[in-house]
Amino acid sequence: MASIMNAGGLPSDQPGYSFSNASAPSESSGPRQHAFNPYTDNGGSTLGVTGADFAILAGDTRSTSGYNINTRYAPKLFRIGDDGDSSSRIVLSVVGFAADGNALKERLDAIVKMYKYQHGKPMSVKACAQRLSTILYQKRFFPYYVHAILGGLDDDGKGALYSYDPVGSYEREQCRAAGAAASLIMPFLDNQVNYKNQYIPASGTGHELQPRAIESLPKEDVIGLVKDAFTSATERHIEVGDGLQMLIITKDGIEEIYTPLKRD
Amino acid sequence: MNHYPQAWGRPRDDVYGPYDNSYFQASAPQTHTQSPAVTGTSVLGVKFKDGVVIAADNLASYGSLARFTDVKRLRTFPPNTVIGFGGDVSDMQYLDRLLQSLDIRENYLSSYGHVLNAKNLHTYLSKVLYKRRSDFNPLWNMLLVAGLDDDDKPFLASADLLGTTFSSPTLATGFGAHLAQPLLRKLMPHDEDSVKDVTKEMAVEAIKACMKVLFYRDARSLDKYSIAVVTKDGVELKEDQKLEDQSWAFADQIRGYGTQVN
Amino acid sequence: MFRNNYDNDSVTFSPQGRIFQVEYAQEAVKQGSVVVGVVSKKHVVLTAVKRNAEELSSYQKKIVGVDDHLGVALAGLASDARVLSNFMKQQSLSSKMTYGRPIPVERIVNMIGDRAQSNTQHYGKRPYGVGLLVAGVDDLGPHLFEFSPSGLTQEMLACAIGARSQMARTYLERHLEEFADSSRDELIKHALLALKESLAQDKELTVDNTSLAIIGVGEKNGRKKLENFKLYDGQDIAPLLEANVESTLADDADGEAMETDL
Repeated sequence: MASIMNAGGLPSDQPGYSFSNASAPSESSGPRQHAFNPYTDNGGSTLGVTGADFAILAGDTRSTSGYNINTRYAPKLFRIGDDGDSSSRIVLSVVGFAADGNALKERLDAIVKMYKYQHGKPMSVKACAQRLSTILYQKRFFPYYVHAILGGLDDDGKGALYSYDPVGSYEREQCRAAGAAASLIMPFLDNQVNYKNQYIPASGTGHELQPRAIESLPKEDVIGLVKDAFTSATERHIEVGDGLQMLIITKDGIEEIYTPLKRD
Repeated sequence: MNHYPQAWGRPRDDVYGPYDNSYFQASAPQTHTQSPAVTGTSVLGVKFKDGVVIAADNLASYGSLARFTDVKRLRTFPPNTVIGFGGDVSDMQYLDRLLQSLDIRENYLSSYGHVLNAKNLHTYLSKVLYKRRSDFNPLWNMLLVAGLDDDDKPFLASADLLGTTFSSPTLATGFGAHLAQPLLRKLMPHDEDSVKDVTKEMAVEAIKACMKVLFYRDARSLDKYSIAVVTKDGVELKEDQKLEDQSWAFADQIRGYGTQVN
Repeated sequence: MFRNNYDNDSVTFSPQGRIFQVEYAQEAVKQGSVVVGVVSKKHVVLTAVKRNAEELSSYQKKIVGVDDHLGVALAGLASDARVLSNFMKQQSLSSKMTYGRPIPVERIVNMIGDRAQSNTQHYGKRPYGVGLLVAGVDDLGPHLFEFSPSGLTQEMLACAIGARSQMARTYLERHLEEFADSSRDELIKHALLALKESLAQDKELTVDNTSLAIIGVGEKNGRKKLENFKLYDGQDIAPLLEANVESTLADDADGEAMETDL
């Protein structure tokens, strides 16, 4: 409509009218000196490992701002959909920007509680994992700056673990390390849980060498691995330390274990 | 009137001059605070067995200018919560108004029972701060909330302009995080387990010592400060404390201090 | 023929000062099956008789858990109740999120009261056709509220609404003095007996048609501790029926057994 009315333009010999819509210079153009940065990194590390009938999630309890330690006890592990009657079988761990982590946890928790209220049964880990992905992706252009790991038991009672990137890509895995010391812990887990680079001695030469077969580890062994992973990460990474919180999910409930780590 | 309908109702250039389109331009992006203006420095807080001690000095700086020297940065919320504000003073005053209207609303809804304790207020304030940072319109503050939790146990937690929250038996914002926090942590060798061994006197003394260290070393600090002790019985707030027992004896040995300029 | 001119909408008063649509809505409550609520110093109990529309259908849901500390029992239009209980669930979650505190019972009751009232003041709206008994526990202890379509809410010591509820109310009035100091089990007994009173002659309380929920204030380490909302439904309610109302049933069973022997 407007294009029809404007066709031909106004004759120049008549009294003029200003129709120029050339945009006025806006305030936001030009370089900005000091912009507000809505993110920070609160350090710390998390990890998750699954077994045949359990899942373990772990995280250190240190919270940092740069070289400062904010507090020595700020848990990164949360029971999701917990009504205070220990019915929950899902655990979320978040590491990265703690404020986003908390907001994410609260949203997922509210959704899982509403699901139980509306359907009269608890949400499965699989469904919860998919929902967490959509929550993260909904903020694709202003992401929750966190690396999340979700753990629980699947419909067959097997340990289930899902890991996420900040914008919602996710994958079910056997084990995953995240956060500041992820690059220190993950190779250790690859070797000790998935037996990467382990071969059966004298099973052949060169490419004939047989890799060691993966087996699902007993709970006690995994607890040992997790503690070793964190004591070692504490030695090598300044943002990791103070305390280790482990949540072990089995069909009987969620067991919590706290072990002190070095505080330096 | 001419036969160009698109010209009808608009001012004629030969009568009114060329139309200033900039008034018509509603599309300039909304801008927000990108930096704080008048600011307060550190806030310190320590738990002890029956409650929490919290302190902040009375200075509000404008950059490096000591602009206002009588600004109370501890605000109380009935019946027994104290909030200490660091960072932008106008944002502090906004939050203070927000808390006052919250208090009025709470009292209107029920005049008896159902009080908001320090933990409730900390949750609320952290949501306000997180919402504002998510709108890219932050409230430029670091704050400490001191009081009691649901079980009447000492509560001390911090919240900042990003919505980050954490709790610890000793807390300090700003410069205090570097200078005071290590000193305060000496009181709590076993963190939360040590709180029961700390008396009110120990906590007050530690805070006063730290305020002095901060006055010595933090250029945006003042020797006049507010200190509050929060317990189950209420808030004991003193707003015009002077730092005691300062020692500047070293100064006359050093060139450049005091009257000795050369 | 007489025609009522003042019941076409819920915003017009009759010359006698009545709003007929609201009164009709209250009739809908009386059509619903009976629900009973009783409160003591430590607990609050809701019980209900569920109906099934036909032999082949399932039984109604009469008691809804809104939160750990809050539940409602309904009489009237179940779908209207669902709207209200969903709203209550949202408000309850929102209070936990913004302040980290369970919403006080009186406040959430006022909220649904306000919603119901606004339906009676906007043209084109319809009053809720449901009555609720809201049970909850907060800092001030256990509470029982009655909510009716007019938006009227009041706190009750004991209450019964729905079809034939007068019989239950008579029972409650007769035993009013006993409720305050009743134990958990005694309170459940009173609630079930009151419910039984209002049954039709040929009806009995069974595992299929009875629901019961309880919330309470317990104690842990000398501190008040919430006993979460607990719903007894289906087979879960069998032991409660056995302990409290089967005694009369057992007599009947004996009688029947003798008859069959003959």
